[in-house]
Amino acid sequence: DMSLAKQSTDYFVTLYTKQPSADGFGNNNANDGRVLSASPGSSSSTGSNKQTAAVTPEDQQTLLAVLQFLKKNKLSESVEILRREAGLPENSLDPKANESAGAGSGGAAGIVDLEGGDASSLLSRVTGSSSAGAQAPTKGTVQSGCSAVAEDQPDVSVVLSAYSQQGDPTLYKVYYRDLKKFIETVLDCHRAELSQVFYPLFVHMYLELVYNNHESEAKAFFEKFSGDQECYYEEDLRILSGLTKKEHMRGNETLLDFRTSKFVLRISRDSYQLLKRHLQERQNNQIWNIIQEHLYIDIFDGMPRSKSQIDAMSGSLAGEAKREANKTKVYYGLLKEPEIELPLDDEDEEAENEEGKPKKKKPKKDSVGSKSKKQDPNAPSQNRIPLPELKDSDKLDKIMYMKEATKRIRLGPDNLPSVCFYTFLNAYQGLTAVDLTDDSSLIAGGFADSTVRVWSVTPKKLRKVKSAADLNLIDKESDDVLERIMDEKTASESKIMYGHSGPVYGISFSPDRNYLLSSSEDGTVRLWSLLTFTCLVAYKGHNYPVWDTQFSPYGYYFVSGGHDRVARLWATDHYQPLRIFSGHLADITCTRFHPNSNYVATGSSDRTIRLWDVLSGNCVRIFTGHKGPIHSLAFSPNGKFLASGATDGRVLLWDIGHGLMVGELKGHTDTIYSLRFSRDGEILASGSMDNTVRLWDAMKAFDDLETDDFTAATGHIHLQDNSQELLLGTYTTKSTPVIHLHFTRRNLLLAAGAFNP
Amino acid sequence: MAEERRQKHCSVVLPTESMKAMAESVGVGQLQEDSCVALSEEVSYRIKEIAQDALKFMHHGKRRKLTTSDIDNALKLKNVEPLYGFQSQEFIPFRFASGGGRELHFYEEKEADLSDIINTPLPRVPLDVSLKAHWLSIEGMQPAIPENPPPATKEQQKAESTEPLKVVKPGQEEEGTIQGKSQGTTTPDGKGKEKGLIRLKPRSTHELSVEQQLYYKEITEACVGSCEAKRAEALQSIATDPGLYQMLPRFSTFISEGVRVNVVQNNLALLIYLMRMVKALMDNPTLYLEKYLHELIPAVVTCIVSKQLCLRPDVDNHWALRDFAARLMAQSCKTFSTTTNNIQSRITKTFTKSWLDDKTQWTTRYGCIAGLAELGSDVIKTLIIPRLAVEGARIKAVMEGPVVSNIDKIGAEHVQSLLLKHCASVIAKLRPQPDNVDQYRTDYGYLGPMLCSHVMKARTQAALQAQQVNRTTLTITQPRPTLSVSQSGLSGSSGPRTPSIIKVPSSLTLMSPRPGTPSQPSPPATKYIVMATSAGAASTQQVITLSSSQSASPVTSTVPSATSTLQPLVKLESGSGAGLTASRPLQKYIVVSLPSSASSSLETKSSVLPTSISSSSLDGGMKLERSESPGASTQSPH
Repeated sequence: DMSLAKQSTDYFVTLYTKQPSADGFGNNNANDGRVLSASPGSSSSTGSNKQTAAVTPEDQQTLLAVLQFLKKNKLSESVEILRREAGLPENSLDPKANESAGAGSGGAAGIVDLEGGDASSLLSRVTGSSSAGAQAPTKGTVQSGCSAVAEDQPDVSVVLSAYSQQGDPTLYKVYYRDLKKFIETVLDCHRAELSQVFYPLFVHMYLELVYNNHESEAKAFFEKFSGDQECYYEEDLRILSGLTKKEHMRGNETLLDFRTSKFVLRISRDSYQLLKRHLQERQNNQIWNIIQEHLYIDIFDGMPRSKSQIDAMSGSLAGEAKREANKTKVYYGLLKEPEIELPLDDEDEEAENEEGKPKKKKPKKDSVGSKSKKQDPNAPSQNRIPLPELKDSDKLDKIMYMKEATKRIRLGPDNLPSVCFYTFLNAYQGLTAVDLTDDSSLIAGGFADSTVRVWSVTPKKLRKVKSAADLNLIDKESDDVLERIMDEKTASESKIMYGHSGPVYGISFSPDRNYLLSSSEDGTVRLWSLLTFTCLVAYKGHNYPVWDTQFSPYGYYFVSGGHDRVARLWATDHYQPLRIFSGHLADITCTRFHPNSNYVATGSSDRTIRLWDVLSGNCVRIFTGHKGPIHSLAFSPNGKFLASGATDGRVLLWDIGHGLMVGELKGHTDTIYSLRFSRDGEILASGSMDNTVRLWDAMKAFDDLETDDFTAATGHIHLQDNSQELLLGTYTTKSTPVIHLHFTRRNLLLAAGAFNP
Repeated sequence: MAEERRQKHCSVVLPTESMKAMAESVGVGQLQEDSCVALSEEVSYRIKEIAQDALKFMHHGKRRKLTTSDIDNALKLKNVEPLYGFQSQEFIPFRFASGGGRELHFYEEKEADLSDIINTPLPRVPLDVSLKAHWLSIEGMQPAIPENPPPATKEQQKAESTEPLKVVKPGQEEEGTIQGKSQGTTTPDGKGKEKGLIRLKPRSTHELSVEQQLYYKEITEACVGSCEAKRAEALQSIATDPGLYQMLPRFSTFISEGVRVNVVQNNLALLIYLMRMVKALMDNPTLYLEKYLHELIPAVVTCIVSKQLCLRPDVDNHWALRDFAARLMAQSCKTFSTTTNNIQSRITKTFTKSWLDDKTQWTTRYGCIAGLAELGSDVIKTLIIPRLAVEGARIKAVMEGPVVSNIDKIGAEHVQSLLLKHCASVIAKLRPQPDNVDQYRTDYGYLGPMLCSHVMKARTQAALQAQQVNRTTLTITQPRPTLSVSQSGLSGSSGPRTPSIIKVPSSLTLMSPRPGTPSQPSPPATKYIVMATSAGAASTQQVITLSSSQSASPVTSTVPSATSTLQPLVKLESGSGAGLTASRPLQKYIVVSLPSSASSSLETKSSVLPTSISSSSLDGGMKLERSESPGASTQSPH
C-alpha cells in the first residue's frame, strides 16, 4: 500500500525534523536539516557533528520510537515497510536506508497527521531517558525545552526560550529583504503562495529580536517591513508594535498564541520546493529555522493557489486550518422529529373552526409528511447524545409549531419577509444582548447594568407563580391547575431580574420557555426561572467574562464561551460542565448549537470558527477566513451550512460536511452582531452595527455551489464575488444598531436593538 | 499609503516628564531619568494592553464608544482593582493649562454653589427602558414612517438634482434588487453613457401615492386655513417629517404661486402663512432645498420688498411680514449661499439697487433695508451706515416737510426706527466711547442725535450683560480657597499615597519606585473639595489647618485677619469616616465629594463662626452660610 508507506515515511521525517525544535539537539539525518545545518554562517547549527557516526544510540532510539508510534496507531504495514527499509528491526540500522527514506518523501516534511503533543512527548520520553548524558546541548535553555515537551504543556518561559537561538541582529533585515527580493522575482503563480510566509516570518523575526534585547534593531525591523504585511493583520501588528521589551513578552497572550501554535500555511509542492531551494542556496538559516520550528507548512500537490484564493482563507491568528483538521465526518443531518399522535388533528380542526375557516386536510398531510421522512444518512443516530424526554407540554408546543408552520410564508427573492423592529428606548447604551423565544412571545434583554429584563410581546402578561402558602390552597386536581398557580396580581408586561454583578453579554431562552440563561462579565452563567422570575443556578467555571451562552435546541444542555478561551458544555442539572472545548487561541465570542444538538460551533477573537463534537469533545472543524473577531453564527435549518459574521463586516458561508468556505457576502460596513436563516432556509438575514438589516438569497448562495469541486483533493475554493446579486434588500434604521434577529414560525423577521441617539 | 500605516504602528511612549509629574504628585521627588524612561515604557505598554482589552468590552457591549466602565472591566480582567468612583459628565474631564514652561492637564474642580445645589430640584429620574415596535420593512419595502430614516437622504436628493442620470431612487432600489442586482446597478450606468451621447435628460417624475396626495392636501389646506391649531400642527409636520422630499416640488410651487396671487390681491394673512411654510421647509433637516430655491427665493423677496402687501397699508402690520421674510432670506443666504450660486451677493445687489433708487416707495425701502440688515453686521457696516446721512435727510423731508401723505409718514417712521435699531449696536462697536451728540450729528445728519441716544443705550445694555458675565466668571477665576483631598482612607498613614498605577500581574516584576507599599488595595479615589473662607491650607491627617494670613481672594479680604489658626473638621464620607471632635473653635466648612453631580452629597458641619464676619458681604456660594452665621455666633465660646 503505497500511500500508507508514504505516510509512514512522512511520520518518520517529521519526527526527525521535529526533533530540533523539541530538544534543540539536532542530529539531523533528514536531508533537509543536514544541508542547512552544515552551513557555516549559522550560529544555530545545532549538532551536525553527530551525524558522522553511522548509528548513534539516539538514532536507534528515535527509530524505535517511530516504530512504537506506528504500532500504537495500528499502521502495521508502515511498520513493515519501515523495518524493511531500516534493515533489521532490532539492531542493525542502515543510515543509508534512512536517508533514502527521507529522500523518498522529498520535501513533504510538513505533512503530518498527528497531534504534535503526542508525538513529541513520546519522543522526549525516549530520548530524554536514554540519552540525557549523550546530548550535548548547545544552549542552556535547550534543556528546559526538553522538559517542557515532556510535560506536554507549553510553559511560557519554555515557549519563549525557543527564541534564545539567535543570529546577528543586524542581519535580520538582510535576511528578510533577501527573501522578499527572491519572492518578488519568482513566477507569478508562486509569488502569491510564497508571500504567505512573510507575515509569520516577520512576526517571529521581530519577536526573536525583541526577546534577545535588540530593541532598536527590532524597532527598525518593524518599521521597515510592517507596511508590507497584509492589511488584515493590522490589528495584530498594532499589538505587536506595542511590545518592545523582553519583559513585555511574558504574560502577553497574543504572543503566547503565536508561540504555542504553529502558524499553518498551505503551499503547493512546487512553490515549497522553490522556497526551500532558495533558502538552501543562500544558506539562510535564520529563516529556515523559523520555518522549521514555528511554521507548519501544509504541502499539497497541484496547482499553486491564486492570491484571491489565499486571501479568502487566511487572516486568522494562526494561519489556515490544516486540511486534516476538517476531515472528520460530521453528522450534520437533522434528527428525526418525534411522532406526535392524534391530538394534532383535533387541535387543527378546532383552530380552523375557531377562525371560521373551512376545514382543510392539506396542512395535516404536510405535517404527516414530515413524520414519514426517512432517516437522513448524514444524521447522527437518534441517541448519539442523550436528549431529554418530551414532556406533554413540549408535545403541545410541537403541535403549535406545526400549526404555525402550515401558515408559514414561503420566502424567496420575489417574496421578501416583512421586518418588525423592536427598538429598546432609553437604554442609554446599555443593551448588550437580546433573545426571543422560538414562538416569539417573549423578548429578553441583557443590560450593562447587570440586569436581565423580560418583556411579553403578546397581550399575555408575565405572571409569577403564587407563593408556597397560596399554592397549598389550590385544587391540584383541576384541569386548569397550570393557570391557577399563577398569581394574577403580579401580572405585568415586563420583569426585571437582578443577580449578576457585571454587564450581561449573552442571553438565551430555553426551548420550553421556562428558563432563561444569561452570561455575564462576572464570570457566571445564570439560569433563571420564568415562572418565578428568580435565579435558580449560577454556573461557575469561567473565571473571566462569559461572552455568550446558548441553550441546545432540545433544551437541557447549554454551551457557554468566554474570555478564558474555552467553551463549556453544561447540563442544567449539573453544576459542573460536562465538556470543555479547548483549542481557540483567543476569546470565544459566540457560541451556537447545531440544530441536531450534536455539535457546537464557536466563533472567536482568533478569527476562526470551530465546530465541536458534543459526544467526544473533539474539535471537528476549523474554519478560517475571517479577518476580525467573529460575533455571530447561524446554522442553516437543514444543518448543512453555517453562516458567520465578524467585525470585518463580512458574512462567510461554510459547508459543514465538506469543511469548506462556500460563500462570502459583502455589504455591511461594521460588525455583524446577528445572523439568522429563515425557517425554511431560503433567506439569510444579517444585522449589524452599521444600523442595517440585510437580506441575502441563501438558496441561491448554496444552490450555485458546484459540489464536484469539493471532492477534489485540493479543496480549494473559487469564490465568485456575487454579493450584490445575493443581496435582496437593505433596510436602514434611524440610529439603531441591529443586535438580534429572529424569524417567527411564520417567517416574519423580527429585529431588535437599542436606539442610540 | 504604506508610509501612513507605518506611522500608525509607530509605538508611542508617554513622555518621561509625565512620569516625573506623576511621581511628584505622589510625593516622590527626584526620579532618576533612567527610571523615568523605564517607567514610561512600562506604563505605555500596560496602558496599551488595557486599552486593547477594553476594546473587547466595547465590542461585546455593542457600542462604538469606549467608556470608562470598559477600562474598569479591562482592569478587572488583569486582576487589578478598577478605579472606583470615576465618573464624569464630560467625556474627558481634564483641562489644559500651560505656563512657566510646563504644560499640565488637570481636573477641573469647579466651585459649587451650595445654595444652588440645595435649591435645585432633584434631577428627573431617567426614563425606564421600554420597548417599541415598528415596521422596518413590509414585504421588502420600507414604509416612510417617522421611525424609519427618511427614504432619501439629503445626499441622495442632492445627487438626484445634480446628476439626474445616475439616480436610482430609493424606492426603486429594492425593486431593482429583487429583479437581480446586476440589472439594478450595471445597466443604468451603461444606459447613462449611451444616452449621454444623445443628451437626453430623463424626465424625473414625482408621482405621489394616494396617501401622499391626501397628506399634501391636508397640509396645504391646514397651512392656509383658518384654524391656527391645525396650522401649527401642519407646520410642525412640515418641519420634522422625514419623508417629504417627494412632495417638495409641489410645496415649492404651491408657495410661489400662492405668493404671486396673494401679492396681487394684497392678502397679508395668506402671505404670512406661506412664509411660515417656507420657514418650516427650511427647518426640516432632511430636505435638500437647493433644487427649489429658484421658486422660493423670489417668493420670499416679494414679501420683503413688494410695494403693497395688504389692503390697508396705513393700518395693517405688513412690516412684521417684511421683517419675518427678511430673516428668512438671511437664513437661506446663510445656508444655501455658495461660491457658485452667489445668492448672498445677488440678493444684496438687488436690495441695494432698489434702495438707492430715489423713486422707491417707503415700503420697498423698508424691505430693502430690513433685508440688508438681517444679513449681519458686516453688511450693515459697509452698506447701511454710509448711507445713514442720505437716508436721514430723506426721512427729515417727510417728517418735517409738508404732509404729503399719511402713508409716507408711517413708512418714514418705520424706516427710521428700523435704521436706529440695526445701526445702534453696530455703531456702538465701531465708535470709541465718548458719544457726542454733535459729533453724531455731523457724521450721520438728521438721524445723528437719535442714533447717539440709541448707541448709549446699547452701550449700557452691553455693559450690563458684560457685568453679568463678569460676575459669573469672577467666581471661577478667583484664587480658590479650596483644598482637594484625594484620599479618603485616612488610617493614620501619613506617608504619600501609593501610586495607583496599574498593578502588574504577579509574574512580572515591574521596576516601580513605590514608597512604603501598603498591601491594601488602593482606596477609592474620591475627590473632595473643601471650601473654606480663608486660603492657604495645609493638610495634616484629617484636619485641615488654615492659616489666616494674607489672602489673595476678594472673599477672604473681608475675613478678619485676627482669627487665629482654625482647625476645621472635615468629615469624609467614605473610608474610616470617624468624625473627630475638634477642640478648637470651628469654622463652618462644607465638604463636597465629587464623584458625580447627581450623587454628590453634602455634609455641612454646623459650627461656630467668628462673630465679626457676619455682616460682611460675600458673593457666591458662601452667601447662604453667612446669613446663617449670626445665629451661630451667639453660641460662640469666644
